[in-house]
Parts: sequence; C-alpha cells; structure tokens
Amino acid sequence: MKVGLLALAAALAAAAAAVVMLDNGPSTAFWLLVVLVVGASWYGLEALARLDKPRWVGALVVPGLFGLLLLWLWQVLVVGFDIPMVLLPSPARIGHQLAANAGQLWQDFRQTFLKSVLAGFVLGSASGFIVALLVDRSPFLQRGLLPLGSLVSAIPIVGIAPIMVMWFGFDWQSKAAVIVVMTFFPMLVNTIAGLAASNDIERDLMHSYAAGYWQTLLKLRLPSALPFIFNALKINSTLALIGGIVAEFFGTPVVGMGFRISVEIGRMNVDMVWATIAVAALAGSMFYGVLALIERGLTFWHPSYRQEQS
Amino acid sequence: MTDAALATPRPSVVLERLREGRTLAVLAVSLILIIAWYLGAIWLNAGLVEQRLEHPTTAEFVATAWSLERPVLPAPHQVAIEFYDSVFEREIDSPRSLVYHAYVTGSATLVGFAFGTLLGILLALAIVRSRTLDRSLLPWIIASQTIPILAIAPMIIVVLGNLGLTGLLPKAVISMYLCFFPVAIGMVKGLRSPDPLQLDLMRTYSATPTQTFWKLRWPASMGFLFPSLKVAIAISLVGAIVGELPTGAQEGLGARLLSGSYYGQTVQIWSALLMAALLGMVLVAAVGFLERVVLRHMGGRP
Repeated sequence: MKVGLLALAAALAAAAAAVVMLDNGPSTAFWLLVVLVVGASWYGLEALARLDKPRWVGALVVPGLFGLLLLWLWQVLVVGFDIPMVLLPSPARIGHQLAANAGQLWQDFRQTFLKSVLAGFVLGSASGFIVALLVDRSPFLQRGLLPLGSLVSAIPIVGIAPIMVMWFGFDWQSKAAVIVVMTFFPMLVNTIAGLAASNDIERDLMHSYAAGYWQTLLKLRLPSALPFIFNALKINSTLALIGGIVAEFFGTPVVGMGFRISVEIGRMNVDMVWATIAVAALAGSMFYGVLALIERGLTFWHPSYRQEQS
Repeated sequence: MTDAALATPRPSVVLERLREGRTLAVLAVSLILIIAWYLGAIWLNAGLVEQRLEHPTTAEFVATAWSLERPVLPAPHQVAIEFYDSVFEREIDSPRSLVYHAYVTGSATLVGFAFGTLLGILLALAIVRSRTLDRSLLPWIIASQTIPILAIAPMIIVVLGNLGLTGLLPKAVISMYLCFFPVAIGMVKGLRSPDPLQLDLMRTYSATPTQTFWKLRWPASMGFLFPSLKVAIAISLVGAIVGELPTGAQEGLGARLLSGSYYGQTVQIWSALLMAALLGMVLVAAVGFLERVVLRHMGGRP
C-alpha cells in the first residue's frame, strides 16, 4: 500500500516534469517520462483498487485518479505528437474555449436545456404517465398499447424532427415537440409495468381495508410503481438531451447547443465543438444525477438501496 | 395457490384466448391511431385547403385535405402509396428508391454494430479480468451513458471527411461509439452473473479459469448480452441516420429526411420515416431471432 502511494506521488511529480519539459518540444527523455508516469500510476491504482476498507477510495478516488490520468495523457500526447487541432484539440484548448466563450455557451445551454429539453421532458413524461393511468383501467387497451409501445423503442424517433420544425417553427417549441414524442413511450410502458408491480397479497390487503380505487392507487400501487417510473425518467433524461441537440441540426434560430455544434464544425473550430460537448456531457450527467438523488429519497424502502446501507 | 387453480380451468384454452385477445387489442389500438391520423390530417391541412378552394362542400374539403401535394400532415394512404412507389416501382439502385437508401443506412448500421459489439465485449472481458480496470474504467463507462454521445456525430463526419474518409465508414464509426457502451455494461453484468454457488461448484470440479469462463461465465452472460444488443442496434441505426445529416449526404434515410425538409416534401419525409421505422423493427427482430436460436441451442430458457 505504501509503495502504491509512493508510486502515485512519483507519477504526479513525473507528470508535472513532463508538462514542463514539453515547452521545449518533445525529446527522448520526455517520452521516457510519459512511459514512467503511465507505469507508476497504473501500479499505484492497482494498489488502491485492491483496498476494500474505506469505500470512498474505490468509489471516488480510483476513478477520479484514472480520469485525471486519461486527461493528462490526452493533453501530453496531443501536444507531444503535434496532432492538428482539427483532428483532436487538447484539453487545455477546450478549457480555454470554455472559459473564453462562457457567455455564449450559457446562451446555448439556456436555449437547448432550460427551454426545449426541460419543457419536452416534463410534457412528454407527464403525458406518458397520465395516459398510463387512464389505460390502466382498461386491460383491453393495455394489451393493445404495450406491444406497440415496446415496438416504438426500435424506431429512430429523432427522424420526426424535420416535421416538427415545419409544424412548430424554428424556435424551441419544435424541439420540445420532438422530445415529447421521444419521452412519451418509455414513460407509458414503464408506468404500466410499474402499476402492475404490486402483488396480489398486497392488493387483497387493501381490498380487505375496503380501500377504494384511488386509495389503492395512491397508497399502494403508485409507490410500488416508483422504481419503474424513475427508471423511465432516467432513460428520458438522456433521450431528451439527445432529441434536443439532434433536432437543432434540422433548423434552429442562431442559438442552441446543436446549432453551435453544427456551425462551429463548419468553421472547423473543433475546440469550440468540444467545449459545447463538454457542456452537454455535464448537463446530461447532472440531470441524471439529480433524478437519481430524488429517486433515492423517494424509494429508500426499495431493496436495491437497503442492501447498500446494511 | 388454490385460487389460481380454480381460476385457470385449462391452460391451453386460456393461453389461446390470451393470444387472441392481444392480437385483437393491438389491431383495435392501431385502428384508433389511424383514424386519429386521418382526422388530424383534416384538422392540420384545413388552412391549406381553405387557400385552395372557395366554398367547398364537406366532402370536397375532406377529399382535398387527404390528397394535397405538400400537406402539413399527409394522410396515411398518401404515405403508403409513396412508400409503395419508392419501394416496388423504382429500380433498386436508383437514388429514388427507398430500398437503396435503406441499404445505405442499414449497411453502415450493421458495420458499426458489429465493431461496436466486438469492442464492447473485449472491454467487458478486460474489466472482468482486471480489478483495477473495474474500479477505474467502469464508473466512467457507466457515467458516459448519461451524456448525449450522439452530439459528436457531426464532428466525426467532418473530421474523418477531412482525412478523406467519406461514405459508409464515418457513419459506422458513430454507430460503433454508440453501441459500444451498452454492450460493455451488459456484458460485464452478464459475466459476473454466475452466483457463488455455481462458481464453487466449478472449483470443486477443479476447473481452470479458462474452463470456468467457457463453461459457466460465457454461457451465463448470453441472457444479458442480447437485451443489450437490442438496445445497441436500435441506437446504432439512429447514429447512422444522424451521421447522414451534417454533410448533406446524397444517399441514406437521413439524407432523404433532410432533402425532404429542404423542399417541403412532407410525403417523402413520412415515407422515409416509415422505412426507418421498419428497418429498426427488422434489425431488432433479427437480434431477437438470433437470441432465441442461441438460447435454444444452449438448451437454456425457451
């Protein structure tokens, strides 16, 4: 273990030295240092990964260090091999663009995420949920809708973007419409499955309490459907962001993350494209993370969380 | 237990009825959707019809709404006719044939899917093998599921185009990227799915790690691999279609969608969409068929 930490410290020092040496152009000593850094940090990571005791080491430190290593390698290799910016910009350049164009990136984020994605996500998920509740009362409709709903998952729905742009114009409404259609079916299918998740004994118990439809729904069936509903919400969070960005490739006002990507790639400003992608990645994982946190708060009783605590 | 026995008189009859009920239900729902579509076509095309006709009777109004050349929403039969024309009436290799465009998109999808699956499985093997990779790389792969990877599609197309690579390959690269993550995650889960009891049994047989792998882990992972493959091939198709957007490609379903939207050819867009939907369903169904064959061959679950 001590040797592992020592190796990591050596890797850190060597990494810093390599970056300094890179200013004078890559030399043989520089490449030796790079090999040394990779070897030493791998050795250190192996030592850390063997640890079981403090759980945060395995869960946070190891992936965090590994991510840093990859980022450093990306930077050093791009500069060392003098890879043209058009092919792959270095992380430093991307970071520079992020900082320099923060205002514009925020505008794009507001247009794509805060307007189209959130509106489409809420509307699509809510309508999927409501239709599932309505359909739930008719087994016939359920049997008809479920196969169709799962069939839809094979269809590239993003393709309706040009139609939605014709119907709802260039602004965010058309993107939201695409997202509504994309997010509707996962919610529908999952909610229907979730509402059927409570078992017969539990339902019999509610029956013997003389609970009506609404009481059974609110106190038993919806809570037991929550894991399914959150599953759909998490799927939808990714789908919504994809839908919002891709729909902008079909036409948009002069703002938005999809618009930024397609315009800057046309001007060969690849570093700006990467900066936008970094924002999209951050937005996507935060969105997912927030949903996962809410889920954890609401479905604390579910076995998958109880096991973790014990 | 007794309730269940009382409620189900003869399993075969019940099963038969259930299947019948489902077919009927799907047909009924589809019928409702088609009727809604026809009504929607009247409603959405009303503006265009009013421009064209002075004082139409109801019959004229409806007939015109369902037969406009560039409707806001084409009626289902218009799409069906255009679809039929561009599938069966054209030479297969002509640029007006949807079969040709589906072939262009489908081949990129399949090539990307094949490489993405291979890469995903190899990565899963490495992750299961090495604890360090499991701890360091797997969290990033899982986290990457939440980011819209599809956004890099235009960049890949343009950058590879700059290197002189055009046509099928850049699209396949996008599809590969998209497939690779779900397959890797599913496969890691699958290779880890044998429970300690089964692993212990292999130990008591003094099986080597290689034997344990081929006789236990690999077969056990198949049940996890195929659901991931279904997700992967669907998303791979989306990748190939989106990959056709940025360069103004001349061929492929995505190019068809784009040119339709430039020239306001709504019927063309809808028939391309229909083709894309069919292609997606066929691809997923093919994976499903493969799944059944493999699982039956392994003597596993029916």
